[in-house]
Amino acid sequence: MEIFLSSLVSVAFHGLAYGMILYVISVGLSVTMGLMGFTNLAHGVFAMTGGYVLVVSLSKFDIPFPLALALCFGLVALVSVVLERTLYARLYGEAELEQVLFTIGLIYMSVAVARLIFGTLQQPVILPEYLKGQFSLMGRDFPAYRVFLILFTSAIIAALWFGVERTIWGAKVRASVDNRAMAQSIGINTKSLFTTTFAVGSGLAGLGGGLGAEIVAIQPTYPFEQLVFFLIVVSVGGLGSLRGPFVAALLIGVTDTACKYWLPEFGAFFIYIATIGLLLWRPQGLLGKRS
Amino acid sequence: MSQLVGYTVDSRVRWTEYLPWVLAVLVYFLLPDYLSLGSRVLTYILFALSLDLIIGYAGIITLGHASFFGLGAYITGILAAKLGVTDPLIQLLASGLGAGLLGLVTGAVILKMKGLTQLMLTLAISALCLEVANKATFITGGADGLSGMEIAPILGLFKFDLFGKTAYLYCLFLLFLTWVVIRRLIYSPFGVSLMGIRENAARMHAIGAPVYQKLMVVYTLSALIAGLSGALLAQTNQFVGLNVLGFEPSGELLVMLILGGVGRLYGAFVGPVVFLLAQDYLAKQFPEYWYFGIGLLLVLVVLFARGGVLGILDKFTASSKARQSGAQSS
Amino acid sequence: MTYALETRGLSKSFGALTVADRIDFQLDVGARHALIGPNGAGKTTFVNLLTGRLAPSEGLVFLGGEEVSNLSQSERVKKGLGRTFQINTLFPKMSVLDNVALGVSERLGLSSGLWKTAKSYANVTEEAMSLLELLGIESDAQHIVKDLPYGKQRLVEIAIALGLKPKVLLLDEPAAGVPSMESQRILSALDLLPKDIAIMIIEHDMDLVFKFAQKITVLVQGAVLCEGSPQEIAKDTRVHQVYLGEQRA
Repeated sequence: MEIFLSSLVSVAFHGLAYGMILYVISVGLSVTMGLMGFTNLAHGVFAMTGGYVLVVSLSKFDIPFPLALALCFGLVALVSVVLERTLYARLYGEAELEQVLFTIGLIYMSVAVARLIFGTLQQPVILPEYLKGQFSLMGRDFPAYRVFLILFTSAIIAALWFGVERTIWGAKVRASVDNRAMAQSIGINTKSLFTTTFAVGSGLAGLGGGLGAEIVAIQPTYPFEQLVFFLIVVSVGGLGSLRGPFVAALLIGVTDTACKYWLPEFGAFFIYIATIGLLLWRPQGLLGKRS
Repeated sequence: MSQLVGYTVDSRVRWTEYLPWVLAVLVYFLLPDYLSLGSRVLTYILFALSLDLIIGYAGIITLGHASFFGLGAYITGILAAKLGVTDPLIQLLASGLGAGLLGLVTGAVILKMKGLTQLMLTLAISALCLEVANKATFITGGADGLSGMEIAPILGLFKFDLFGKTAYLYCLFLLFLTWVVIRRLIYSPFGVSLMGIRENAARMHAIGAPVYQKLMVVYTLSALIAGLSGALLAQTNQFVGLNVLGFEPSGELLVMLILGGVGRLYGAFVGPVVFLLAQDYLAKQFPEYWYFGIGLLLVLVVLFARGGVLGILDKFTASSKARQSGAQSS
Repeated sequence: MTYALETRGLSKSFGALTVADRIDFQLDVGARHALIGPNGAGKTTFVNLLTGRLAPSEGLVFLGGEEVSNLSQSERVKKGLGRTFQINTLFPKMSVLDNVALGVSERLGLSSGLWKTAKSYANVTEEAMSLLELLGIESDAQHIVKDLPYGKQRLVEIAIALGLKPKVLLLDEPAAGVPSMESQRILSALDLLPKDIAIMIIEHDMDLVFKFAQKITVLVQGAVLCEGSPQEIAKDTRVHQVYLGEQRA
């Protein structure tokens, strides 16, 4: 019993860490899809880029960890702005097939580039000394990095929710997600709103990719392999919503960790079954709007 | 731009439609060293036709079509290697029915959804199939794949030879039969109503069309055909590996179809030919650049050449016709 | 007495927003009825509720005396309810003839045919052609719809609905976006429609409404304000208030 409880706590803890990372990466996708109506399957590319930025900053350039994290966000956000203005913007309003094909093309290109530069192996993450080791809490030892992850991502999420729910920028985003045409007609500059929101969402993906490099390994096939999970988080959570994907991400994080621990022969099987079941019950997602 | 499907469209076989078959027969006689590549091309043409039914005619985007392909391949593989069922036609039938059944079940779920959710579910189902094949090593061989397949001669007469001659003709024959069926379907009232669904599903509901049922029929049929093509692959290679499942083959097929031209029947012929020939030559020499090239091709096609190769040919013939009639009238 | 179309207590709310408020509505057989009201009154919502595109929060819908409240759009169409859309909802890359033929073949139950070519179904193409002739657009039969001028597209909308041989036809702003000279063509088309079909139009073009309608229902904020003949409605002060604001004493 003691051992079972202990493993329960362990699963919950690691599941929480994974879930929070999954949320930080996916929330950008939820908001930009709800806002721009653009099916961006290449979202995982931004997360992967953030992961590579972190790994390279730490190992090649000896950049201190906090600065490396800031780079994950900043560099990826910058790249996303360039991509959005030059390429994505041409396809707004196009049919879904075109957007899907375009973003799949981006995935292929970035996977090839990643393989050419970094090779096919997983990138090892060299954590700073103060984040290694164990952290004692209530007579149990938890990996210090995971504790840091949970705390740090909670802060990011709090800042994000504050930003979307309390600032003018957030109000514009919510209005435009709700009714784009209406928002434009009351003078909201949707074009620059798209760009800034896309940058924030992609930057967050980069940050999440970097932070989570220890949990979700950084390798060239990352955008392909993780795509389905990001999409599950967004559709189960509800497109355009903030809280829904949070719940979905935590559910996936904990369920996946539990399955890998107790039923390793089944792998991610149950996640897919659960997703299908949940969407049959609520096609608009947990907190999405019924169309 | 003239319409390809409709109530007044002339559906008699145009002379250009004989070309692919003439070409295929010529290849058999003139390029005997390339028949295994030829079989591969024919198999993927069949696979691409099944995808075109869904994307080009019904307008449903799927990223998991390889699920049916892979299931078909594994059914044939398991029958041949583990269950001692060696007759290729029975294997074919079983694969088609199995894949069709999966199509029926998954279609019932997917076709009720829309947009991103629908797309995601096609991915999830595909990932699910890959996961099952990966883990159920006792029956699928897992990451090592399924070998030791025994394939008996077709109809007891035509043995699968080392040069791939039987395989090539076998694939060609099956492709021909399927093409006949699909071609009739496209020009039938059912086919026109599929086009209607793709053009404006809301309108189809408003004229009383049972949209969901029609989509179910086409999705199941498409799955069945994809299953047949998977069986063909397994039979001609006498091996099934995990690479028949998941996003990779689905994505590759998508590229092939886009390259050829969606919703035009022959895009599914042109695309795989161009893609597989290029892959055979380039991918071995420069694998990473090939991969990058596919991505770049997709982006460029979307931005500049929507209709694929056939679309470009269309523009070419349209502008040369315009020049001709301009020259005549002046 | 059996009405062609009837609603009892039909209501629809989105949270606190009520878009249809206990509407009791009757459409006589062979009616020439108009539904008018200021913008945002809920007219299109009402049509969506009638056709089954939108599910009501409360209330019942009857078609020819038969309750259809739980039937889907397609099922109601099969029972004789046809509609056009306020914004052209056509098959843009298909020809005018095909647009109409699709509806005709659905009605005749021929659209599941898998083997014979569509072209061989001469009865479908003939009937579609005759509908185009009725509306005066037969010369555009082979033209692709998206290349047509807007006014003709509106006529194609009506042709498609007619191909369903409906017993009740709901026309959502048939003259919307059509220059007033061309709207005469729409009015003539409406005049030629069979007398046994019950027709209800939603319109803002009062000229068209008063020439066409024998009875008018005024809808304001999701509820019926008043009903009556065109003369009665024209004189009703409440209608004036709703459209033109409070009258100065």
